[in-house]
Amino acid sequence: MTEISSEDRYAMRDSFSKLLAEQASEKALREAMASPHGFDENLWKSMAELGLLGLIVDPEYGGIGGDAQILEDLMEEAGAHLLCSPFISTSVIAASLISASSDERLKAELLSSICDGTKIFAVAATGENGLWTSEDISVEAHKNGDQWTLDGAASFVLHAEKADQLLVLARTDGDIRVFLTDTDADAVAVQKLDTNDPTLRLSKVIFSGPNARPLVDVDEAAIETALDLAKLAQAGEHAGGVKRIFDITVEYLRTRYQFGRQIGSYQSLKHIAADMLIEVESAASAARHAAKMMAAGSPETKAFISLAAFACADSYRDVSAQAIQLHGGIAYTWEHPAHLYWRRARTGLWLFGSSDQHREEYLTCLEAA
Amino acid sequence: MMSSNSTQISNDDLAAEVEAWLDQHWDDQNRREKGTDRLDVKSWLGKLVDAGYSVPTWSPDWFGRGYSSRQARVIDDILKSRKVVGRSQDRYNLGAVTTYRLGSEQLKSELLRDMLTGAHSCLLYSEPNAGSDLAGVRTRAEWVAGPDGGEYVINGQKVWTSNAKDATYGMLLARTDWDVPKHGGISFFIFPMKQAGVDIRPINQITGESEFNEIFIEDARVPARNVVGELNGGWKVLQTALAYERLIMGEGATERRGKQKSSVPPLVELAKRHGKIDDPVIRQKMAQAIAYRQLNALNMKRAKDEIVNNGSSSLMSLGKLAMSRIQHGEAAVAAEILGPKSLLDGEFFKDSADMNFDSAKAYMNSIGGGSDQIQRNIISERILGLPREIEVDRNMPFRDVKSG
Repeated sequence: MTEISSEDRYAMRDSFSKLLAEQASEKALREAMASPHGFDENLWKSMAELGLLGLIVDPEYGGIGGDAQILEDLMEEAGAHLLCSPFISTSVIAASLISASSDERLKAELLSSICDGTKIFAVAATGENGLWTSEDISVEAHKNGDQWTLDGAASFVLHAEKADQLLVLARTDGDIRVFLTDTDADAVAVQKLDTNDPTLRLSKVIFSGPNARPLVDVDEAAIETALDLAKLAQAGEHAGGVKRIFDITVEYLRTRYQFGRQIGSYQSLKHIAADMLIEVESAASAARHAAKMMAAGSPETKAFISLAAFACADSYRDVSAQAIQLHGGIAYTWEHPAHLYWRRARTGLWLFGSSDQHREEYLTCLEAA
Repeated sequence: MMSSNSTQISNDDLAAEVEAWLDQHWDDQNRREKGTDRLDVKSWLGKLVDAGYSVPTWSPDWFGRGYSSRQARVIDDILKSRKVVGRSQDRYNLGAVTTYRLGSEQLKSELLRDMLTGAHSCLLYSEPNAGSDLAGVRTRAEWVAGPDGGEYVINGQKVWTSNAKDATYGMLLARTDWDVPKHGGISFFIFPMKQAGVDIRPINQITGESEFNEIFIEDARVPARNVVGELNGGWKVLQTALAYERLIMGEGATERRGKQKSSVPPLVELAKRHGKIDDPVIRQKMAQAIAYRQLNALNMKRAKDEIVNNGSSSLMSLGKLAMSRIQHGEAAVAAEILGPKSLLDGEFFKDSADMNFDSAKAYMNSIGGGSDQIQRNIISERILGLPREIEVDRNMPFRDVKSG
């Protein structure tokens, strides 16, 4: 990854923010989430044009070569707009896994298709328990001669329906490896799962022996790095989302009158707002610090990624839940955006592991220190 | 004594000057003035103050050198490293700072040198019926005629005063007008503590400590010229004094934090000692408690960065409220780790005793210096811009205000 100056970082965040202001309004979001594939393909193309889809891809392969800090930075913007897109699965997890491969020809081909937006990748990384641990992976890879095939089921797969290709974490004799397969292969069945969060697209994917190609030299450490990046990206998304729904709520407390006074003048409400502010700021601090540690290659990266993962998810859950309560009846309507933040927050509690898992991992890191 | 009056002096020259002066006058080894056999605080502070090293940011007219805070830091670093008594009184001596910033010229010439050379001050703000609602003070200050502007006779009760026994001066908030709304009838005095009619009684705290006192004041006297700021303008003076106090507390907190550095958190060690390190429920709670402390540290680090870059940070004011849940939370997890051993105490059950002490001590942060509820008001009003709750006594003559 190359050095990107802080000016360039601000400029990128700024242009992404402008793009989202233009193309990811609440109205556009509601259209996107109601569309069959759950994202706005025009917005996806615009993101490709800005180079964002290759954000963490090395310039050698057509990307920007951004590090964890710039990723976190942009995810805060995405989170504030509740962006729904295959960004995390394609441009974070898949890009990271493919980048770890030593197969230069395949790497060049796949990464350039990510950068220019021509291919969407889904990553089958967990099983039906949705734990995101290696124990939960139930897809098995078998080798006959030179040919690998896949068997078993993966679940909670993001954006698999629209994906052009799948990266599959599968068990081999010895370890977990990553395989590339096509979604339109006869032996791959993608079953859409109904989700509570309308901005979320999940599928179960059943493999009955499709041919698959292993990503050379992508080992368990590379898998861990890719999933850490996903956790970081989601933490940034949460930090941005929780700030936005909090700002919306405080604005309402200032402008809504009951009993002849602004409801924000009641201590029963303003005290909740003060407590929420601590959560909002803690989420930002946690996500940004984790990004900084990761970008610097610090040995504390794992601990701070885990901290950010549960601190941001829990902050988002609590603040978005209070946001509905503080708004009262208006936020009980589908038309009000508060529930969309609340649903997204509830999504984040389980994607890439639960808060309890992250807490356990955090403590384990501290014990080892 | 001042070898240099220039505020243009380079940091290196300044450091060299201070080191040379100390070499001549200060015995690092024995922490006393050179050529003496024990530390005479008053005499030593007199020397340091006259040299301009104790309050370097103050005006040269008042024991200072008109230095920037950066220059003052150069001096402070040296005094600190050589364990010199009396450093940075322009930051840490609250009585002197308040008098210097807000007192009349007469008051300054009368008191400042004394305050800087070992005469301590204490705070006489809170009262039994004026805690969170500090503007509700009922201690009376009644003027009587006499030479030099006359004097005030003080009657009332103050509470939560630390270091009262050693104090020469009290920063006193008292009511001088009962017929105007509460904020407009208060005056701020520098009150002589060592006189008849001042009765100091230690408070026995729930921690078993006695850091604070109650002060009963009966017909005690304070010269009229000891009013700081305007008569009946004491609320404004108090705000400034409180701002300095918070600054000092904030700096103290940062310095204390710097010291505590162990890679393995104390809760983990405690759980290991008591066989709970593998209990999954305890592990979750420990991780969360440790995380709260870590998150607050990250917030405060961001605050400092913001202050460096933008001059201020709203994050700073979240620290005290966050600290309450950290301290109460850590003590609660420690109690769960100890289980029934929480019932025990004393020197043979040190972990239990520490936990029990911490459980009580946590209230110091969540009540003292503005309770959590007051902090939430401050945060929601000053940072979030939410309106104040309606106060029924705000515009009422104070004598009509209900109290109890």
